Amino acid sequence: MSFKETWKKYKVAYVYIAPFYILFAIFGLFPIVYGFFLSFFRWDGLSAMHFVGLTNYINVFKDPLFWTALKNTLVIGIIAHIPILLGGLALAFILNSKLVHGENIFKTIYFMPMVTSSVAISIVFQQMFGNNYGVINWFETLLGGDKINWLGGDGSLIKAAVIVMFAWKWVGWNMVIYLAGMQGISNDIYEAAEIDGATQPQVMFRICIPLLKPIIIFTMVQSTIGMFNLFTEPFMLTNQNWQGGINNGGLTLMIYLLNKAPQGGNLYGYASSVAYIITLMIVAISTAINKASQDKSDPDYIQSEAEKRQRREQRKQAKQQRRA
Amino acid sequence: MRLLLFFLLIAAILVLIARFVPKGKTISLYAVLIVIAVIMLLPFYMMFIMSTHSTAEIFSFPPYVTFGDKLIQNFKSMNESVNFLRSFRNSCIVTFGNVALVLFFCSIGGYAFSVYNFPGREPLFAILLATMMIPSTAGIIPWYIMMSKFSWVNTFRALIIPNCANAFGIYWFRQYCKNNVPTTLIEAARLDGCSEWTIFFRVIAPILLPAYASLGIMQFVNVWNDFMQPMMILKSPNVQTLPLMLRSMVSDRGTDYGAMMLASTCAVLPILIAFLSASKYFMSGLTAGAVKE
Repeated sequence: MSFKETWKKYKVAYVYIAPFYILFAIFGLFPIVYGFFLSFFRWDGLSAMHFVGLTNYINVFKDPLFWTALKNTLVIGIIAHIPILLGGLALAFILNSKLVHGENIFKTIYFMPMVTSSVAISIVFQQMFGNNYGVINWFETLLGGDKINWLGGDGSLIKAAVIVMFAWKWVGWNMVIYLAGMQGISNDIYEAAEIDGATQPQVMFRICIPLLKPIIIFTMVQSTIGMFNLFTEPFMLTNQNWQGGINNGGLTLMIYLLNKAPQGGNLYGYASSVAYIITLMIVAISTAINKASQDKSDPDYIQSEAEKRQRREQRKQAKQQRRA
Repeated sequence: MRLLLFFLLIAAILVLIARFVPKGKTISLYAVLIVIAVIMLLPFYMMFIMSTHSTAEIFSFPPYVTFGDKLIQNFKSMNESVNFLRSFRNSCIVTFGNVALVLFFCSIGGYAFSVYNFPGREPLFAILLATMMIPSTAGIIPWYIMMSKFSWVNTFRALIIPNCANAFGIYWFRQYCKNNVPTTLIEAARLDGCSEWTIFFRVIAPILLPAYASLGIMQFVNVWNDFMQPMMILKSPNVQTLPLMLRSMVSDRGTDYGAMMLASTCAVLPILIAFLSASKYFMSGLTAGAVKE
């Protein structure tokens, strides 16, 4: 078939898919490539650009504020994942067991934070965490404790407040996903386990978690991306402070990045290099999660590895033959 | 820290109940679910409560946990400081504009990938999947520079058009078409003399309605609640969306917290009501992609 005929026959299909590729090339691919280019320059957005090589990257790594931001982001992300993952799994398991009813009501309530605006909810949490007027400190004093200065003091508890908000928001989303996964597991497996006399914890750890592994990996990768993009909650909790509140206690990587440019500063080249460092970390951690979770005894994994090895050897042989 | 001890105590009591009381397992499981549900609902409840109190009452200790009588006063104060309806309208324009375009482009794209066997289909689809792997963070600075070079700052275009390139949406529609659109149906329509365009709009689009609903809800929630992109683009008060309006109510010269809480409530309520009336669709839409069929 000639080129003209092909075009005539499949014109519709190409027209249908063209918008995505055009829009992505302009608004997706171009900024990503240009950002890489820009990260090697010093540019304030108006005057001429200066090529500075790797200076931007070196300066980022020299900046103590960057390390604070990275540390805060990781602390918030990693600690918040404990309640999100374990709580989500436990709640899904409880709702999936036949002991309780009203699954839909609980699911709806737990999912509510996902649909509400983070800005509005952050404003409410800011009041709830208030030192001299907040509900949380009121409960604390009712139980006989002292007031805790969550958002003030030396700033170290801002992270705790952000962790509470982050976990509060995401636990329902994870739970709904895990629950859907658990309900997808065939009932025969549960019944077989019951006949064999398995206890509930055994069902959870030996059946549910191994079968849900791909879904758990998916949620972990998603929340890793969410962790690095964490911006609204700490920003609003610290009264829109670009330094992340007292002692940079709530400074995350995204606040740090946007404060360099375009909000606040105009160090476009520097900000681009920060953006690239964040991106590389996201890619590295997602790949690491995927790699670490690969089951070495899984037949699919063994087969794909064997195929890879075979292909490598074939290539090697072909190379040798060409040389000979 | 007494709070943590308190929760540990509750947990210990529940374990004991589950162990020694007949039917205790069910009781303690329900208790766990209800305690967590209360924690989940507390911020919403406090938001409603605080929107009926004046700023002085909000800052008193112990805090008010029942409804007050300053609702009307807060409402007046809110209307003086911000234009709620204008922001609501702006949010609607951005969200509906973006959702409509995304649904249109994604559905035709996904349909083309699943139905037509055109040359270059596999490599093009592989490219599409690869674009989903790249985090958009990498291009955020140049994206902003582009918007200012196009003089799209302070326009809704900047939020509607770039976000239309949605690879996941195309993937989503392709999967749905593969499972639900029979080839015979398209062939029959062709024999009847429909053009390709009519086939899609008259025959295929009605079949795709559930997929439109899920993806539409997902996109709607994301765009409606988005804060970072609008913050970079929409700087003038005239074009503020709802999250930006809430943010602008915080001021150094004394914020009226009662009015701000009322504004938060008004901003959250529409989507919350929509969620409560169609929670099944929201949940399946927002978790789409996690559970593959």
